[in-house]
Amino acid sequence: MIAAFTAPHVAWTAIAPVVIVLGAGVVGVLVEAFVPARFRRTVQVVLAIAAPAAAVVAVAALWQGVKQTGGTSVLGGSVLVDGPTLVTWLVLAALGLLSVLLVADRIEGGEDAFAPSVAAVPGSAYEEQARAAGSMQTEVYPLVMFALGGMMMFPAAGDLLTLFVALEVLSLPLYLLAGTARRRRLLSQEASMKYFLLGAFASALFLFGIALIYGYAGSIRFSDITTATATPSDLDPLLVIGLLFLLVGLLFKIGAVPFHLWTPDVYQGAPTPITAFMAACTKVAAFGALLRVVYAVFPGLNWDINPVLWIVAIATMVVGTVAALVQNDVKRLLAYSSIAHAGFVLTGIVAFDERGIAAVLIYLLAYGAATVGAFGIVSLVRERSADGSVVGEATALSQWAGLGRSHPVLAVTFTLFLLSFAGIPLTAGFIGKFAVFSAAVAGGAWPLALIGVLASAAAAFFYVRIIVLMFFTEAQDDEATGEAPVPAPAPAVAPADEDGGSAVAVAQRTATATVAQRTTTTVVVRGEGFATVAIAVCAIVTVVVGIDPTPVLDLIGGVAKFLP
Amino acid sequence: MLITGITTDAAWSGAALAPWLVGIPLLSAAVLLLAGRRSDRWGHWLGVLAPLASLVIGVVLLFSMLSVPGGSRTATVSLGRWIDAGTFHLDAGFRIDPLSLTFVLLVTFVGTLIHVYSVAYMEHDADRRRFFAYMNLFVAAMLLLVTASSYLLLFVGWEGVGLASYLLIGFWNHNPVYAAAAKKAFVANRIGDVGLIVAMGLLFSHVGALDFATVDAAVPHLSTGAVTAIGLMLLLAACGKSAQFPLQSWLGDAMAGPTPVSALIHAATMVTAGVYLVVRSNAIFTAAPDARLVVTIVGAISLLFGAIVGCAKDDIKKALAASTMSQIGYMMLAAGLGPVGYAFAIMHLVTHGFFKAGLFLGAGSVMHGMDDQTDMRGFGGLGRTMKITYFTVMAGWLAILGMFPLSGFWSKDPIIEAAFVPQDGQTWRAWVFGLVALLGAGITSFYMSRLFFMTFEGKRRWTTKTDGTPQHPHEAPALMTVPMVILAIGSVGLGAFLAVGDRFTRWLEPVTGPRGDGQAVLPGWLLITLSLVLVIGAAAYAWTRYAVAEVPATPPVGTLVTRAARKDLYQDVVNDAALVVPGRMLTRSLVFGDRAVVDGAVSGIAKSTVKVGDLARKVQTGHVRSYAATMTLGVVVLAVVVLLLGS
Repeated sequence: MIAAFTAPHVAWTAIAPVVIVLGAGVVGVLVEAFVPARFRRTVQVVLAIAAPAAAVVAVAALWQGVKQTGGTSVLGGSVLVDGPTLVTWLVLAALGLLSVLLVADRIEGGEDAFAPSVAAVPGSAYEEQARAAGSMQTEVYPLVMFALGGMMMFPAAGDLLTLFVALEVLSLPLYLLAGTARRRRLLSQEASMKYFLLGAFASALFLFGIALIYGYAGSIRFSDITTATATPSDLDPLLVIGLLFLLVGLLFKIGAVPFHLWTPDVYQGAPTPITAFMAACTKVAAFGALLRVVYAVFPGLNWDINPVLWIVAIATMVVGTVAALVQNDVKRLLAYSSIAHAGFVLTGIVAFDERGIAAVLIYLLAYGAATVGAFGIVSLVRERSADGSVVGEATALSQWAGLGRSHPVLAVTFTLFLLSFAGIPLTAGFIGKFAVFSAAVAGGAWPLALIGVLASAAAAFFYVRIIVLMFFTEAQDDEATGEAPVPAPAPAVAPADEDGGSAVAVAQRTATATVAQRTTTTVVVRGEGFATVAIAVCAIVTVVVGIDPTPVLDLIGGVAKFLP
Repeated sequence: MLITGITTDAAWSGAALAPWLVGIPLLSAAVLLLAGRRSDRWGHWLGVLAPLASLVIGVVLLFSMLSVPGGSRTATVSLGRWIDAGTFHLDAGFRIDPLSLTFVLLVTFVGTLIHVYSVAYMEHDADRRRFFAYMNLFVAAMLLLVTASSYLLLFVGWEGVGLASYLLIGFWNHNPVYAAAAKKAFVANRIGDVGLIVAMGLLFSHVGALDFATVDAAVPHLSTGAVTAIGLMLLLAACGKSAQFPLQSWLGDAMAGPTPVSALIHAATMVTAGVYLVVRSNAIFTAAPDARLVVTIVGAISLLFGAIVGCAKDDIKKALAASTMSQIGYMMLAAGLGPVGYAFAIMHLVTHGFFKAGLFLGAGSVMHGMDDQTDMRGFGGLGRTMKITYFTVMAGWLAILGMFPLSGFWSKDPIIEAAFVPQDGQTWRAWVFGLVALLGAGITSFYMSRLFFMTFEGKRRWTTKTDGTPQHPHEAPALMTVPMVILAIGSVGLGAFLAVGDRFTRWLEPVTGPRGDGQAVLPGWLLITLSLVLVIGAAAYAWTRYAVAEVPATPPVGTLVTRAARKDLYQDVVNDAALVVPGRMLTRSLVFGDRAVVDGAVSGIAKSTVKVGDLARKVQTGHVRSYAATMTLGVVVLAVVVLLLGS
């Protein structure tokens, strides 16, 4: 019955940014198959940098049209290209580009952040062989492209199935990427496994929620659902539970309490560039989708899910902040800080106010820039073993002591990102916090804003603690006093726990061991310059948006309206 | 700040040049500071050119202004809107009128001479370029102070001169004593600044504007209480800047700076800013007789205080500093008298700027020849070896004495005469202030003659240099002596030029208003005779004691008064007991309270938070099964919440 098939009209230009990025992923797979090994990395890097850059250009080209028309519905309503979509695309493509720069960076000797052969058993002879042969997993680039494409599709989805597919497209590569770290491979693989299992659990709830909503509305199309749920009379409890499950899936990706438990483990175990990518871009995508679901799809149910969002927002802010206070590892600390930030962004969502949309998007931009920059710096601060070779990242906080004196530029830049996280004026973070809290107050959620401000104040403590550590504490020498927890140099492969349990638990135990022989020193490596560029761009964005936010506020505020 | 271009309402041409008065020295300072060591070779000449350029602009403005009648000489030059907040609007602008132009000419003329002098004086200093950068910064700030069209912009200049003064007093800050002197000056000035800030706050709340024109127009509508409060706060500011009682203690220590700094900043210009502030605010002070009375009292006390301290100082620069305080006391006293005195205050300020700068440069020349020694007991008989210095200092000395027909006579005697005019019909004031002024003239004559004779006359009491070789006093190079000669000429002739035919009083009339009439309680000729007799008598007494008689090389124990005067009449002790010690007690108890109460509460919260954090960490077991269980629990709790609240 070929004759009966009519090709659907596809407005390719409207979805060009996504198509470019996903296309780059597909081409990247072909590159793996057909390009000789010695050119592969170069081609992949060029491709992975060019695609998000082209996506940024494509978004810019679409901007004026969307600003005037309010947006278009593409692919029969499966994809909605409106103002918030464009903003998230722009932020995602830009942050994705910066993350790719971190991924691409290598230190001397050509080592990147990824295991030479991910499939090798950690500590095996095969792994050693692959290392000696200098092999590389250039598959990470197409994987990142696929994840980025999924992230871009996520907030643009126009029906529940597209939403789910986008969720899986963004998640599956990330599960894989989390397990590819070159150092501490058991930790990395464990992170990957955990992320996958818990992610699958969340996806199941998400899918269950979709089924319940379909059962009520009889359609997966957002516009139909909106119509079906618009009248708030006598709502079926199953609809509310369905929406709750849907939200749980989204909140899991955001890392909101109590669905946050994977975050510290995965952020710590994953290769740092991937952590940066996840922490910045996944949150942007998931918040974009959450905004659409809450503001555009279920405006009729706001009243019902409001308590859920309040509880989650408060718990997220408090738990993220409080747990971050007691961390001794930079990556875990940044992970908890990202949880706290998720809470702050949620206050902007709970505002249920028009300006909440713009506030959330601005916050995400500020947070994303600081996150990519901060993890970029983490990836440069390394341990040097006694024989002079550079090994893994020096993630223990005590190893950062005195960095302000030995590497002032790096330390000042890191301080800038920390201040932005803390929301100190003249940084982008302040603008973001100000925007979400004022939106929350305008929306009547002033208790949330109050808790948010208090949590920010408490959070400032652990950011400032790192600053103090870098600038006002001497680097500890071998005669550790025993008071401060001095970490053992984390072994390249964490020893397996005797009860077969978790490597994380072991890592935590070694991190807090008070007596340990320091055999490593902290050094800052010079990469090939990719990471430096990414960090510099993040720093510039943080400062410029902090000092003169008006252009960005106008840009985002001008289009922050969802298609009905 | 928005620069919309220079606009002016001047009735005469050239007013648009006014911003460059400030701009050129500021630019020069920036160049000198930014160019760093690269500009070491030519930097000092750039530094000299900057005030010279401002002087040229000042002269152009002068002639342009003189071409129109008195009533239309005041001009405002606006740079555009500076502050635009709600109903409050303020332009950044310059007010060029006879008063500000007088200061411009004084600052740039004396300033240029002192810059030239410094080229030679600072020749062997490795940081000469930096010195000139600071001096240019000072000139720029001082010119901004005197040309600003609003209190707020004046305050910018006010702080600028304070900063420059701090930097220059502590120029040789490798000596901790000098650095401490700089800090002391800074702190004392801060106290005064609080006065200016409060005054601006009061003006803002009562008038809602800070520019001179609006304030002057609004003063008649204010209550006497408000005007008096504003006046007193302005006086506090003036006391800090002009080293008037009770904020005078920093001036003596400020002599730690290089001598040209003392001449320019701490004699001729910056310290007179307080007088400028009072006269500039004459509308306020005229409307507040009580505030004016306080001004007069402060002036009278400072006048005597400085004069008594000056009698006991053996350090030539500190004796001159005490004299500066005393002379500014005269100006304050005159300014406090109201319309009768405003013009005389400024006239004495101008002539004092010349002769005191000349005296300081002379002292610098003596130090130059005597291996930086400042103790006058180690001088004596220098007049024969340093002829030019001798004659220029003599001109300054006779001028400050008020000897006919030198400058001081023309500016000081009118002040004494005005002090004898009853104020508000109260004759006692005339007698008190008049006699204080007269007595001050006598003491001035004594201590200045003492200074002059101890240095230039009598036997040589020279000691050895710091390296042990004998002293070889010699005349300074021409770069130093020429400015001294020019200032000496001013010390001799400027007073007569300004006073004859009331030239200066009429020049200032557009600002200070017509000079009020008043009959002194004693006839003018008697006052002049009295003061001349007193001055000559005191000088003769000083001659017998310090030129004819032997001056002991080590200071004698002296009377109780002498000993007190040597210690600045125990001002530092009083400050210490009244302010420093209680302040320290207060801060200590505050720190204790902060530690025990505030920090206790904060760290208590922090500790409990960390405990909670540890709890949160325990939840983070690393086991997927427990994570999943937590998530499930979370979903269940949220579902219960939704269903309970939804139903």
